[in-house]
Amino acid sequence: MSAFLAIVARDLRLGFGAQGAMLTTLLFFVLAVSLFPLGVGPEPQILARIAAGVIWVAALLAAMLSLDRLFQTDQEDGTLDLLAQAPLPLGLVALAKTLAHWLTTGLPLSLIAPLLAILLQMEGDAIPVLLGALLLGTPSLSLIGAIGAALTLGAKRGAVLVPLLTLPLVIPVLIFGVGAVEAAAYGLSAGPHLLLLGAFLAGALALSPLAIAAAVRLALE
Amino acid sequence: MALTVEQLACIRGERQLFSDLNFRLAPGEALLLHGPNGSGKSSLLRLLAGFLPPAHGRVLWDGAPALEDAEAHRARLQYLGHQDAVKSQLGTGDNLLFWARLYGLDPVGTEQAVTAALDAAGLQRQRHLQGGYLSAGQKRRLALARLLLKPATLWLLDEPTNALDTSAVAWLGELLAAHRAKGGMIILASHVDVPLKDARRLDLPEGKLA
Amino acid sequence: MLHALANPARFLRLMAAIRPWAAGVAVLGLGIGLAWGLLYSPPDYQQGETVRIMYIHVPAAWMGMFIYAAMAVASATALIWRHPVAELVAKASAPAGAAFTLICLITGSLWGKPMWGAWWVWDARLTSMLILFFLYLGYIALWEAFDDPARAGRAAAILALVGAINLPIIKFSVDWWNTMHQPASVLTLEGPKIHPDILWPLLITALGAKGYYVWLLTVRVRAEILKRQARILRFAAATDRRAG
Repeated sequence: MSAFLAIVARDLRLGFGAQGAMLTTLLFFVLAVSLFPLGVGPEPQILARIAAGVIWVAALLAAMLSLDRLFQTDQEDGTLDLLAQAPLPLGLVALAKTLAHWLTTGLPLSLIAPLLAILLQMEGDAIPVLLGALLLGTPSLSLIGAIGAALTLGAKRGAVLVPLLTLPLVIPVLIFGVGAVEAAAYGLSAGPHLLLLGAFLAGALALSPLAIAAAVRLALE
Repeated sequence: MALTVEQLACIRGERQLFSDLNFRLAPGEALLLHGPNGSGKSSLLRLLAGFLPPAHGRVLWDGAPALEDAEAHRARLQYLGHQDAVKSQLGTGDNLLFWARLYGLDPVGTEQAVTAALDAAGLQRQRHLQGGYLSAGQKRRLALARLLLKPATLWLLDEPTNALDTSAVAWLGELLAAHRAKGGMIILASHVDVPLKDARRLDLPEGKLA
Repeated sequence: MLHALANPARFLRLMAAIRPWAAGVAVLGLGIGLAWGLLYSPPDYQQGETVRIMYIHVPAAWMGMFIYAAMAVASATALIWRHPVAELVAKASAPAGAAFTLICLITGSLWGKPMWGAWWVWDARLTSMLILFFLYLGYIALWEAFDDPARAGRAAAILALVGAINLPIIKFSVDWWNTMHQPASVLTLEGPKIHPDILWPLLITALGAKGYYVWLLTVRVRAEILKRQARILRFAAATDRRAG
């Protein structure tokens, strides 16, 4: 357990630091969402109609931004070898690093999203649901994304490859996440959508560490 | 306690590096790996560390298969690769502190252990300096200081003298001698002379023991 | 000890034995099935002659999904039993699966123009096939991203398995999305009840397509094995030269 926390704490320190990806990711997210009113026009009805989709797609892309470095920096300086030698199954090492990734990307993205929702004229009732759906959905993005990051370790063009591999796999998160917000905006229950997001997260939580560990092991050989 | 290697073979990519490797290592013994570039020295060390599955043959610890129980195997070894695994954004002391926590050291003893390791490596003055500002030799010393944090019987060292000056090489010699005196085992790959007394030599890729 | 692939004579013999049979099934199945469907089957009372696109579209969709499943099984075999030929079967399958999926998408879009008045409609089935196409592309890109084929093969195998586990969930989510945004279409390419006059040519074409796939595998896997053997020989030659 102490080893698990040590990895999370170290990655948080590196992530929050000046060279960390957290600020860049947040800025990208805000910028990407701000481009939409400029692209489709400022009509409140149109913006309100597309707000949920825009925020979710931008969150998806922003989460991909720093993923390729998730294991790569540790591999480049030899740290990955030593992480694999820690008295901790490799799946848990992967989980610790994924948790740190979520804490520095998914969590801040979710927390700033309500602000962007207001800019996009989203229905007031839908905003808490947006926050909840993002908090429930973004961990899945980090988990599935970490599989892509681990698979492309040492690959040519890894940075481009990670989104290509990962984005099709997280489409359910996008659909259920947007569905929850739209349901709330139309005055319907967001419950089923949120439950599906939770179920997806539970599945990803159980299976992703196995896939990540297998992929990291390949990179260590 | 003994490490036995039987008929070991290694394939990287689609290329066979060595085959039919046999040796036995008892407490206090050291084995020096010799061979040209690409002869499989690093791969043998990674194989023994459990990173690489052997293509053929067995690695035994006290007569029982060593690599099957990965967790037990990890606990009895320390691996030092080509790279120093020093994070440039973290301080020298924090780098060691992270490794100490990762190894699951007792939180009370951690601070002392880190201080002792820094002293031994002659890096006490650089304790608060970020890893990125260390010279190549200082980084190597920091990596070697890691060996002092976790008690492990088997040391697998890949080119430990890289970037070290003469006095640091002498320090490494003391480190190795002290480990062997305590009954530790060392397998070491190096293309330069390492102060290692009565070490046996394994020539790769032929697998000839001397 | 020789690499398992250095002497896979058994596989090469097996493939040589299968090849003419697979070719026969492919030629007969595709010939009879397509001729029956495109020339002799009755036109649909609603869709008229355009319904004939279905005789290409539906088997292509089946093949796109079937080949992904085959790829996943081959990948699991490669990962669990470390069977190098299984890895090559998966690798050889991907471009074929991608091609069938693309044919399904193109014919679907051609069919959409007269039926829906648009070249592309975000219908649940077509959208799922589009995502499947992306999964194939990612798989192929991962194979190409590594210099070391052993590493590429096993990374790609993990990806294929992750994709296979996720694919039913994606399909479910796309169906869910579709019902949320529009009522189910009255006209679909695969009608609710299929008349035997339509079903038989479909099944025969699908059988022919499977024969074609098997034939393609025997050719491509053989080529991959020979390519690896050539690489191993080149390595051996380089080592000998260095030693001498």
